[in-house]
Amino acid sequence: MTDSKYFTTTKKGEIFELKAELNSDKKEKKKEAVKKVIASMTVGKDVSALFPDVVNCMQTDNLELKKLVYLYLMNYAKSQPDMAIMAVNTFVKDCEDPNPLIRALAVRTMGCIRVDKITEYLCEPLRKCLKDEDPYVRKTAAVCVAKLHDINAQLVEDQGFLDTLKDLISDSNPMVVANAVAALSEIAESHPSSNLLDLNPQSINKLLTALNECTEWGQIFILDCLANYMPKDDREAQSICERVTPRLSHANSAVVLSAVKVLMKFMEMLSKDLDYYSTLLKKLAPPLVTLLSAEPELQYVALRNINLIVQKRPEILKHEMKVFFVKYNDPIYVKLEKLDIMIRLASQANIAQVSAGELKEYATEVDVDFVRKAVRAIGRCAIKVEQSAERCVSTLLDLIQTKVNYVVQEAIVVIKDIFRKYPPTSRYESVIATLCENLDSLDEPEARAAMIWIVGEYAERIDNADELLESFLEGFHDESTQVQLQLLTAIVKLFLKKPTETQELVQQVLSLATQDSDNPDLRDRGYIYWRLLSTDPVAAKEVVLAEKPLISEETDLIEPTLLDELICYIGTLASVYHKPPSAFVEGSRGVVHKSLPPRTGSSESAESPEAAPTGAPPGEQPAVIPAQGDLLGDLLNLDLGPPVTGPPLSTAPVQMGAVDLLGGGLDSLMGDEAEGPRGDVSGSPAMGGTNFAAPPAGTMPANLGGPIGGGLGDLFDLTSGVGSLSGSYVAPKAVWLPAMKAKGLEISGTFTRQVGSISMDLLLTNKALQVMSDFAIQFNRNSFGLAPAAPLQVHAPLSPNQTVEISLPLNTVGSVMKMDPLNNLQVAVKNNIDVFYFSTLYPLHILFVEDGKMERQTFLATWKDIPNENEAQFQIKDCPLNAEAVSSKLQASNIFTIAKRNVEGQDMLYQSLKLTNSIWVLAELRVQPGNPNLTLSLKCRAPEVSQHVYQAYETILKN
Amino acid sequence: MIHSLFLINSSGDIFLEKHWKSVVSRSVCDYFFEAQERATEAENVPPVIPTPHHYLLSVYRHKIFFVAVIQTEVPPLFVIEFLHRVVDTFQDYFGVCSELVIKDNVVVVYEVLEEMLDNGFPLATESNILKELIKPPTILRTVVNTITGSTNVGDQLPTGQLSVVPWRRTGVKYTNNEAYFDVIEEIDAIIDKSGSTITAEIQGVIDACVKLTGMPDLTLSFMNPRLLDDVSFHPCVRFKRWESERILSFIPPDGNFRLLSYHVSAQNLVAVPVYVKHSISFRDSSSLGRFEITVGPKQTMGKTVEGVIVTSQMPKGVLNMSLTPSQGTHTFDPVTKLLSWDVGKINPQKLPSLKGTMSLQAGASKPDENPTINLQFKIQQLAISGLKVNRLDMYGEKYKPFKGIKYMTKAGKFQVRT
Repeated sequence: MTDSKYFTTTKKGEIFELKAELNSDKKEKKKEAVKKVIASMTVGKDVSALFPDVVNCMQTDNLELKKLVYLYLMNYAKSQPDMAIMAVNTFVKDCEDPNPLIRALAVRTMGCIRVDKITEYLCEPLRKCLKDEDPYVRKTAAVCVAKLHDINAQLVEDQGFLDTLKDLISDSNPMVVANAVAALSEIAESHPSSNLLDLNPQSINKLLTALNECTEWGQIFILDCLANYMPKDDREAQSICERVTPRLSHANSAVVLSAVKVLMKFMEMLSKDLDYYSTLLKKLAPPLVTLLSAEPELQYVALRNINLIVQKRPEILKHEMKVFFVKYNDPIYVKLEKLDIMIRLASQANIAQVSAGELKEYATEVDVDFVRKAVRAIGRCAIKVEQSAERCVSTLLDLIQTKVNYVVQEAIVVIKDIFRKYPPTSRYESVIATLCENLDSLDEPEARAAMIWIVGEYAERIDNADELLESFLEGFHDESTQVQLQLLTAIVKLFLKKPTETQELVQQVLSLATQDSDNPDLRDRGYIYWRLLSTDPVAAKEVVLAEKPLISEETDLIEPTLLDELICYIGTLASVYHKPPSAFVEGSRGVVHKSLPPRTGSSESAESPEAAPTGAPPGEQPAVIPAQGDLLGDLLNLDLGPPVTGPPLSTAPVQMGAVDLLGGGLDSLMGDEAEGPRGDVSGSPAMGGTNFAAPPAGTMPANLGGPIGGGLGDLFDLTSGVGSLSGSYVAPKAVWLPAMKAKGLEISGTFTRQVGSISMDLLLTNKALQVMSDFAIQFNRNSFGLAPAAPLQVHAPLSPNQTVEISLPLNTVGSVMKMDPLNNLQVAVKNNIDVFYFSTLYPLHILFVEDGKMERQTFLATWKDIPNENEAQFQIKDCPLNAEAVSSKLQASNIFTIAKRNVEGQDMLYQSLKLTNSIWVLAELRVQPGNPNLTLSLKCRAPEVSQHVYQAYETILKN
Repeated sequence: MIHSLFLINSSGDIFLEKHWKSVVSRSVCDYFFEAQERATEAENVPPVIPTPHHYLLSVYRHKIFFVAVIQTEVPPLFVIEFLHRVVDTFQDYFGVCSELVIKDNVVVVYEVLEEMLDNGFPLATESNILKELIKPPTILRTVVNTITGSTNVGDQLPTGQLSVVPWRRTGVKYTNNEAYFDVIEEIDAIIDKSGSTITAEIQGVIDACVKLTGMPDLTLSFMNPRLLDDVSFHPCVRFKRWESERILSFIPPDGNFRLLSYHVSAQNLVAVPVYVKHSISFRDSSSLGRFEITVGPKQTMGKTVEGVIVTSQMPKGVLNMSLTPSQGTHTFDPVTKLLSWDVGKINPQKLPSLKGTMSLQAGASKPDENPTINLQFKIQQLAISGLKVNRLDMYGEKYKPFKGIKYMTKAGKFQVRT
């Protein structure tokens, strides 16, 4: 006899029959009837009409019957609230039962009855159960508080249940502790502000003790809770790590991953020199590998997390490439993830086995998505590891020979990227020929565009380039925009390379693009080329055939701050989606921004919002850490902060455009031109002024917008990243050499940078009684090789009390010697009387060059590449500007905003600048609306400049 | 935490639903069905599916989708682990886990699920405790229950849940005290065309069946514990002792349980016990291809390789195959293109082989993917990693138990590329 018999009663009057059976006197019959009711309920039939009859069966000694009735109650109480009250009495009675199993069952069921009216009757029994002598009852009651909170939060707070719950964290029974933590965590999620899980070293100790003894699920709750704790120093972090490490050997993968999260987070605080640090790194690899032998669903989640871990700490899994090799019967979602990680792990050491063997094997599999990704992967390997490039290209050529349509197309796209990284020398000549053979089979726009790009770019090596491009031109209007744009560019390139034979062709394409097209992007690009070609073909050649920036090896790295944040969310949904919870969790009310702890030493300073740079010597300065205060400020801003003033519409379109450009590349550049009338650019400083709350608007350099030539001139400034037309900030002149020290000659001056050239503006005053003449100037060797580019020219002798203003052009090709401080400049000035010496400090921003704008991808890769020790963090105090104002101010001084991201209401600006000696400095600037303090993190391969860059930032922003 | 659970069969019917908090309408599963439709095969349905208000996390086992619904940020591994635990529990209770069995025992299923989670928090997931709370159905018990009116539900407090050894119930009594341990190793490998090993690793487990009276305290030591550097333990194992002495010391749960699982990684040299010689050729022009494979043993330490089954997914272009095996039986399904050859034992003196011709679609070009050969086999009395148990001792009880240790090596995902 099986339970399926309960499903057989589907005939009419079923409810009626059940009702009769439920009211039967026979115990056995009653129970059978309840079972039938439950069975119907399970399959989704509505049996709520039987409510009173079922509740009547509740008062019984039969435990099974009681449980069944409870099951029913939980399901239907909501729809029959009035009836449900009938059950209250039994609950209250059961909570007093001598059998703890009954007590626990009652308190458990009670909480599942989601009826407001009932809840208040349940407070008293619940209070008793929370203090019950039996831990089994207590732990059940702890969960009940969370249930009740879900139904009526106010009630739970008023009744003081939260405090009782907090007390349970110190309970003697580990299971009670675990459940209390779980309940508190769930409540805290809907109450981000409340300080429910107030962790301190004592409570942490209790949790760690309970961790060893509670069930696997309890361990997950406790570990997740531990991960939110901020140890006060590295020793505490290490001792927690030591006690968490054994969890890595747990059979439950969720425990393992939660432990990994705690370790990854607290490892941030440990110094890399510690032996323990490297031991820990070694211990992390095996459990991660083991996760990959679990069921495919677990593997998938594990792989998504490993993807993050590999980006953060590649050293952990660098030797484990082989475990990511794809088995042909892995589910597709596992295959794609494995492939991703393989590419991230690819290095010179293991590239041979990966690129030629494995990836090629994958590229012959059946699944189209996977095959495409495998082909892309081959390309990425080639770009990442130069030694493998040749091998990869020949693999790709083999694949093209298979003539499988989508493989060929994907391979062409990939080869285009490889060519961008390694321009084809003679050894790739044959490749181009092979590619050309496959021209006809390409039907995907991306592949067609890639092929056209190759033909245009290497037109001089392809004999029949003009024929090839012409053949594309026939169906010009049927092509997608991507292909059309590419074709236009390619033909212009061809024309510039072989002007004589292709004049007709270029005219044809220009007229197709400008006159016959409705697409503004295409039209505008057409016009630009047209004018460029007609005004100045030499310039056109320089522009169109300019050297292209290298493409970066890592294309889909996660931004460093986001990565750090995601590391805090290992094992959660956020880690599966690679998005912070605020981006997708419903309502996101409960989401508090998490961040990695700082490395030792700076942990104190992170909390004190000092204006001074928070890390002492640059070079030891660690990761990006939002201070506690920021979090608070962030929360306050949600509703209390002043409304964020939106940028006035006219705020320097130059800057806005520049930011946009990065996202959309050339296409959006064109779009920008089309829609942005540039006429009002010069007016922007004044208008922008309204935007800056405190500092006077007039201090903006007057020529921010720069002279406005036609849209074209403006445009090209943007493309090449030359924001040079605007000058950088100029400090007022200061007295460098007082008259007393120099026999009556007073020199005051300042440094300026304008349109790419640096100059020293000097004011020479003769305070002596005799005429001065024969001026000359010389610099001592200095850190950046600054030297006068021309002799000091004072045309007429300087008569007493006369002042002359001179602008001395400087260059940076002089001899170099490291000075202390770095920006110290020793100057000698000579006149007919004597030689005088003085020294001055020049602001570093005069050395920021105009092409200091890094490609977005390069930026990400570089940021990751520069070791964390090179990072320095500073606070810029009292600078109440919004992000747009900040970036426009900085751009005027050649600090370029590459990307902007809004995290939890605060703007993160990613910026780059380049010094005259080609040192790149990468910056991350955090601007919070309503908070006048900005946080600046700098990364640079030469960390000693960070301090001065920070000073430059401060000077620029505060003036 | 876990909000609801839906069980869905492969034809897309929801045949059971269970809610631990408020009721979530089953229409939420429509998102799952969409994903299911998009996936070519059931195995490819993504395990995490977002919907506007919920997340669906699913596992696919025994041709049933177990779909959990969650609403807040919950560790997905936690949910997936739990779902697997549900499946294991069903299997433990009913012997098999299938739609039919679940429907037949729907009340027990419902009761068990209710005990496993409370408000979405795991409550009792140890099968020892669950069985104390809700007795698994047996024919005998059903008969007895019908006669006496007693029930499946225990009315005792599951004492184990409170003790320091929650995995073991108290008051266990046996007349024959016995403890058996099975060391089972599965070898996962990818072998390339030329027969060299691309990657090979071992997933090992020690499964135990312990039926001992009282509270025995066991220690198990190995001849070569250094092999075990990547291990996951049952919670009963005392980790400290392992760390310091490399000895497994534990109070065992009652009955069947997995004591430990371990992983011998590709970096150690893993012996591959069999080899496959193959020659598969599709000729471009003619509509006949040649097919020949031979299986042979290597590095088996003198043990016999048995239970050998060779399967291979042939390319679409293969219409039929006419093959002759030297031993065993073979089938080829012209619809699914699955070739399967049940070889049986490998006799090293006379290697089994399968050869013949394939008829290919006329005019079609050479298939672009090569078939991969999948191998299954078993080797008794051998742990291919070389792991050996040294001794097993019992403390805490007076009687003398009967002890036994068995070794076995199996193929896991063992693939040969051609």
